Amino acid sequence: MKFIDIVKTAIANSFRSKLRTGLTVIAIFIGAFTLTITSGIGTGVTSYIDTQVSAIGAADVLTVSKSADSTSSTTDGPAAYDPTKATTVSLGNGSRPGTTIQALTAKDLTKIEKTPGILGVDPSVRVTPDYIEYDGKGKFEIIVNATATLTKADLAAGSQLSNASTTDQILLPTTYLKNLGFTNAKAAVGQTVSIGITDYTGAQQEVKATVVGVQNETILGVGAGLNQALTDTLHAIEVTGAPAGATDSYATATAHFDVASTPAEITTIKDDLAKQGYASQTVADQIGSFQTVINVIIGVLNSFAVIALIAAGFGIINTLLMSVQERTREIGLMKAMGMNGGRVYTLFSTEAVFIGFLGSALGALAAVGVGSLVSNILANGVFSALPGLQVVQFAPSSIAIIIGVVMLIAFLAGTLPARAAARQNPIDALRYE
Amino acid sequence: MSVPVLSAQNIGKSYGSGANRFDALKGVSLDIQAGESVAIVGKSGSGKSTLMHLLALLDDPDSGTLLVEGTDARKLRGKEVNRLRNQDFGFVFQQFFLTANATVLDNVVLPLKIAGVPPRERKARGMAALEQLELADKAKNKAINLSGGQKQRAVIARALVNNPKVIFADEPTGNLDTATGAVVEDILFALNKDKGITLIIVTHDIELAARCDRQIFIRDGLEDTTESGAPRKRHAGAHAGAHA
Ligand SMILES: Nc1ncnc2c1ncn2[C@@H]1O[C@H](COP(=O)(O)OP(=O)(O)OP(=O)(O)O)[C@@H](O)[C@H]1O
Ligand SMILES: [Mg+2]
Repeated sequence: MKFIDIVKTAIANSFRSKLRTGLTVIAIFIGAFTLTITSGIGTGVTSYIDTQVSAIGAADVLTVSKSADSTSSTTDGPAAYDPTKATTVSLGNGSRPGTTIQALTAKDLTKIEKTPGILGVDPSVRVTPDYIEYDGKGKFEIIVNATATLTKADLAAGSQLSNASTTDQILLPTTYLKNLGFTNAKAAVGQTVSIGITDYTGAQQEVKATVVGVQNETILGVGAGLNQALTDTLHAIEVTGAPAGATDSYATATAHFDVASTPAEITTIKDDLAKQGYASQTVADQIGSFQTVINVIIGVLNSFAVIALIAAGFGIINTLLMSVQERTREIGLMKAMGMNGGRVYTLFSTEAVFIGFLGSALGALAAVGVGSLVSNILANGVFSALPGLQVVQFAPSSIAIIIGVVMLIAFLAGTLPARAAARQNPIDALRYE
Repeated sequence: MSVPVLSAQNIGKSYGSGANRFDALKGVSLDIQAGESVAIVGKSGSGKSTLMHLLALLDDPDSGTLLVEGTDARKLRGKEVNRLRNQDFGFVFQQFFLTANATVLDNVVLPLKIAGVPPRERKARGMAALEQLELADKAKNKAINLSGGQKQRAVIARALVNNPKVIFADEPTGNLDTATGAVVEDILFALNKDKGITLIIVTHDIELAARCDRQIFIRDGLEDTTESGAPRKRHAGAHAGAHA
């Protein structure tokens, strides 16, 4: 029997019992649909994160903090109180309200700087300006994006912030433009805005900054991005008039290392810091841990889909065993007419693969349709504040892989019934009632 | 004398095992020459079908030797057995074994499909076989919708579509009325005379058996030599000679 005839016969056979084939196809459909949707969400979210932080801006930066382990271990309980140790960080120096963080002091900073491989260290400061104003067109509240100096922005116009520059630079989100009085993103680039900030004594001061670019809002922080120079300027004002010692502790610090460092060298630096009691993360680590969470969620969803597919696999076994039994005489007849066992086997496993293909192709197709629809509705609704986010995206390669895997599962499920069919002795099969 | 197409040497076959063991065939020897027509006659349950299945290589004997054109069947490879079943043997089953929902033509060309003959040629040869049996007008009908006699002819068309050397027919007229039975008989003997196809027919019908060159009587799994008459053979020989 020619292969094309085997395929045609297998397809025709699978349609002979439409209800039974239909039910098996539905089972596979559900698994393939779920798998396609979850992989689509994976692709969508990952590609969004990738575009948001596509080229990680600062590959030569470690965010360093004191590791909790250095002061208290889970087995020993909290460490004895040490009045000389800075325990809490004042607001405005990078801590979250309501949290107690082991602070980094000036002593810590020198220790970090001395660590081999570290070229320099800057304490991370979080500034809280009061307002932003352009050309006397009204004052608006401003939120500062704390991660702006660490990531490369998804630009709508202009250029990235320069931390090497000594000029005070600001990167505005697209959402600020209208209120501040800019007609579009291009018009804002190069303009000077005023930023108001209150110093330690309560007096308000104003700082001028140049708009270097306009960025689409990102998930890694909303608000305006400030370069190191502007941050330093604003911080200097904020601490003006503060008593000595009130401001020299920080939640985190930014340490720079050679941009050409290999991953192994970076690990060495991180290990060195860990030995001294500091936790450190590169930007890639931070984004990586974010992606790990997403991957875990998608992994869980995928495992449900795979369970559904395994259940569907048993459906295939059942369907085919029944059709082998139903067609016992036909198999006997074909063997009596000189069809070899291998061909009989191929005939039945082709039928299994076809059922698998039917279910997975329909499931993937439906998933693409539903996913695209839902994704568009969400993009224009709930996620309209996040331009460019398509929650569900489909990569043709992953759809092909899903269909391929389902067909493989179907093939494996078909092995048992196909073997049963191939092994039959023609006369016994023909006698079967 | 030429090598017989099929030669059975003391072949036996038993079914089941232990207490349920039943010796259906207890050692039968026979030679079948190319172009012969042979009737296998005997009571129900005597082992005729069993013998025929062994001769057609559809089952393996438990004892004895079967030679196919001089070669021991046990020494034939699977591929060769399949080739013989497909190309050299045509089998007419007593119970038809037509695929009910497939068309008559599809049923008839099944051996060609298994042989890997391309569709166009399949159709041409299938139609030729159906025409020979005056069934061409039913080619597109579903097999299930044929009358008993039409089904019998469809099964014969399927057996001869591959131009076999030997046709095995198990009770080809068993469930037909006398008139249709006679038509089917004529078709089979025409194939034997015109194309030289060897005929091996299992039958209860004494008249059909008498039309064959030779009769082999089976009783309780053994050949009954008192009835398997040589005189008939002589008579059949003369008969065949008249037609040659
Ligand atoms: N698969 C089997 N298992 C057990 N016994 C069997 C089997 N096949 C045949 N037999 C027995 O072998 C004997 C011979 O069977 P066979 O079919 O050859 O008879 P037959 O001569 O063709 O009879 P009929 O004229 O009724 O068709 C019978 O007694 C039958 O019951
Ligand atoms: Mg019988």
